Amino acid sequence: MKTNDLIDMLATGANLEQAGDPWRRLVHAIGFGTLVSTILMVKAIPVNPDLANVMQLLAFWEKLGFAAAIAAVALLMVFRLSTPGVRLGNLFPALMAPILAIWILAGIALASAEPGARASLFFGNTWKVCPFLITMLATPVFAASFWAMRDLAPTNLRLAGAAAGLFSGAVGAVVYCFHCPELTAPFIAFWYLLGILIPTAVGAVVGERLLRW
Amino acid sequence: MSAERLQGLLIQGLEGDSQAYRVFLSDLTGYLRSYLMRRLSSLPDDVEDLVQESLLAIHNKRHTYDRKQPLAAWVHAIARYKLVDFLRGRAIRDSLNTFLDEEDAFFATSSTDATEARRDIMKLLDQLPEKQRMAIIHTKLDGLSVEEAAQMNGMSESALKVGVHRGMKALAAMVGETR
Repeated sequence: MKTNDLIDMLATGANLEQAGDPWRRLVHAIGFGTLVSTILMVKAIPVNPDLANVMQLLAFWEKLGFAAAIAAVALLMVFRLSTPGVRLGNLFPALMAPILAIWILAGIALASAEPGARASLFFGNTWKVCPFLITMLATPVFAASFWAMRDLAPTNLRLAGAAAGLFSGAVGAVVYCFHCPELTAPFIAFWYLLGILIPTAVGAVVGERLLRW
Repeated sequence: MSAERLQGLLIQGLEGDSQAYRVFLSDLTGYLRSYLMRRLSSLPDDVEDLVQESLLAIHNKRHTYDRKQPLAAWVHAIARYKLVDFLRGRAIRDSLNTFLDEEDAFFATSSTDATEARRDIMKLLDQLPEKQRMAIIHTKLDGLSVEEAAQMNGMSESALKVGVHRGMKALAAMVGETR
């Protein structure tokens, strides 16, 4: 086939403009994934029975803010990495901000605690399950983001996969906040972050295969 | 400035002006060819195939173009992605670092020196499911309107458009696999 014939074919037809808003599918997919993740949390590992009281505490909002801030930056990364020729700009430093903030809070908490109390600040009661439950709650958002990104045009597949994984992990962590009884900064700074980084790593590994177009 | 002219043509095309879109694709082809020729000097026979593959990709991903974005950055990223993907398939990883180039020069040179493509996209069309194949043949090759083609195939206009859209995507996927 001659290239000119291909051009004729591409330019012929009445639905050139029928592409629509590129982000609609992604936004819908993410909304749906988050909903499934929330239902999964409520059904499988119920809402914290003490939630009403816990929500009165600043520590709860620090935890939620940490996860939500990462989710917001990661979502911007997903958008930018899905459009050819758009750079990440200063999103990496922006991503480090909530992480550094929680590390500083964790450092302060550990430094000001009695030496004997430090281990319980760090391990809490649920460190064994926390990263895995966050990963589990991330799964619906992970699948939805990857599905929607296939319709877009990521050109750095590994990084795009990692960003989608990071986003899903952070959303999983936001949802997990409503179950999790832990409120100490050292716990969040390590176990939550680990739970967010597991889907990130998986995304980086599978991105190259799943996002290819 | 050709980049601005091309951007204008693309935007007109995205608003439904198929003549402007044809000129856009046609002019863009020269730049794509020149870009790929310079980077595939050891594989000249593959240049035209990759030109066509990039055109198909640009067409299928046109909804990701943001009008505020410089056209060179968008086109260059797609062409470069297809080039790297192609070379990766050939396991010529060593030469990849030659392509860490910037998009600024993308519209600097153009080439009309088309060689014969080795792969025939028309033949791939035969492998598409019947509905998608007929939707593409009627609207994109025979030039029927969506309404006419929908009547002819006994489907709704939106089903026909979906058929064209999915068919073009399937075609691009097959193109990626047949090299």
